[in-house]
Amino acid sequence: MKVLTLNFLTCAVKACKSSSDSFPLHPKEAELAKDDVEINPQLLVNVLPRIDWAALRTTSTELGFPALPEQPPTAEELEADEKMLQELHSLLMETQIMEGKLVCGHCGHEYAIREGIANFLLPSHLV
Amino acid sequence: MLPTPDTSHVPYARVYEPAEDSFLLLDTLSALSETAFLASRFSSSTSSSGATPSATATAPLILEVGPGSGVVLAFLTAHASTIFGTRDILTLGVDVNRFACAATGVTASKAVEESPATAGKFLGAVQGDLVGPVRKGTVDVLVFNPPYVPTEELPAPPVGIAEKAKTTFEEDSHLLALSYAGGRDGMETTDRLIEALPEALSERGCAYLLLCAQNWPEQVKERILGFGPQWRAETVGTSGKQAGWEKLQIVRIWREPVEGGTVA
Repeated sequence: MKVLTLNFLTCAVKACKSSSDSFPLHPKEAELAKDDVEINPQLLVNVLPRIDWAALRTTSTELGFPALPEQPPTAEELEADEKMLQELHSLLMETQIMEGKLVCGHCGHEYAIREGIANFLLPSHLV
Repeated sequence: MLPTPDTSHVPYARVYEPAEDSFLLLDTLSALSETAFLASRFSSSTSSSGATPSATATAPLILEVGPGSGVVLAFLTAHASTIFGTRDILTLGVDVNRFACAATGVTASKAVEESPATAGKFLGAVQGDLVGPVRKGTVDVLVFNPPYVPTEELPAPPVGIAEKAKTTFEEDSHLLALSYAGGRDGMETTDRLIEALPEALSERGCAYLLLCAQNWPEQVKERILGFGPQWRAETVGTSGKQAGWEKLQIVRIWREPVEGGTVA
């Protein structure tokens, strides 16, 4: 699963939805792969306003990438910053979590990722 | 006519094969009335020019619940600029069936490769129950071709089935049943999705829901209008007339700002 996808997902347990600790989910024992994807600066600029930046910073650090700036770049800054565009492209669009787990910071439930597909089906006692 | 994505690789023994309902979704979502509606909400070219993206230019997130073979999600992804008026869209699938998630990934990749000039960005498919794993208020377009056939019982969630590399005939049948068996009035799963819509959809969000005549579609629309004065529900596509009844229909669900208030 792409790192960008993580920015849209949360713990599937109902009681966790209202807790800020359930987002973002924390990758654990993650095995990463990198796809070669052609960069699309316009897409990145249009995706930027819908990214939860704080969550992305957390995810990026937890996956071992260099720390992102505290504040997101503005659209103008991003358009003018070749290096930032490349970094975000590589992190959001090219990096895939192939194996590992996603852990909820609220209930501690671990969602398995196998062959790039995360499993959010809950065991019956958590539904 | 936009080309239909290739699904020849999909294992139909355990993943729903594209059928009349899938094709009705393709026809409806690519009809002029719907592409005009979607472009008015999401096309970046309708926004004022300037370096700062307007709310309209912000890349919409398209979520298909239960993509199965992936034919609809791949179609929306591959023909993004024709359907949404912009290539800057993100698409995501959530399916209970792990094999469907894998199939959707292949279908989407193939379709995007076929139409590189018009395609949006496919993010992937995750295994899950309806919108359970999706963050509140993030979905801009939700598409659901539900298990709508009235049945005595609702199949249990397939927890564990697809964890194995090999499935038995019974397990495959169970996975297929999940794609069509809808329980009472064929609405048990759809009811849960409708319940979750207000929380899942973004302010500018809309949903396309497929229903059959036995689902009592007029009652379903009434129920959605009952969410509040800003809610709308209209039939935007139909197929298969039977004795004056539409066999299948697609209902578009969305919100309009009400006077003196905001969309909420």
